[in-house]
Amino acid sequence: MKHWIWLAAAGLILPACVTINIYFPAAAAEKAADKIIDEVWQLKQDQDKEAQP
Amino acid sequence: MRKLLTLLLMLPLLALAAADLEINTPAISALQSSMQTRHPQLAPYYASGAVGLTRDGLVAVRDATAVPLKDRQAVNSLVSAENTDRNALYKEISVANGHPEWEAEVRATFAQRWMQKAQAGWWVQEAGGWAKK
Repeated sequence: MKHWIWLAAAGLILPACVTINIYFPAAAAEKAADKIIDEVWQLKQDQDKEAQP
Repeated sequence: MRKLLTLLLMLPLLALAAADLEINTPAISALQSSMQTRHPQLAPYYASGAVGLTRDGLVAVRDATAVPLKDRQAVNSLVSAENTDRNALYKEISVANGHPEWEAEVRATFAQRWMQKAQAGWWVQEAGGWAKK
């Protein structure tokens, strides 16, 4: 019974680890890119200035 | 035994928490502020079409004739300095996240986002060639 639980746990956890380590996190990269680009091009500040009366 | 099992079951949660890419390193911050300082000098050339955004996440002189002869050398220097920073940025981000092999994908992501966020009137390099946004 205990062995069964361990196997199930390993079956759930290992693929998750492998997925995260091997595949490029496209969504996270886009988020990071947006953050840096907004800073470099001062996009967020411009919007704030425009929003002010 | 039960504690260990609980801990193991929490691991995917930790992985989820780490889903953001690390971009807060001194090297990345330095590159970012260097590019931010340079941007006001480059912006007029993006607007005039002299400089455009390339598909590989860099900038390039697209139409040198849009720049007065006396300023051309300065534009070339700006473009070259900007590209040095951009190349270093893509490399630093992939290294900071423990995956130097991600550099090409980081670059491709940035290339797409720079173009997406470019102002109307700027030139971007699409699959078929240069296009005005």
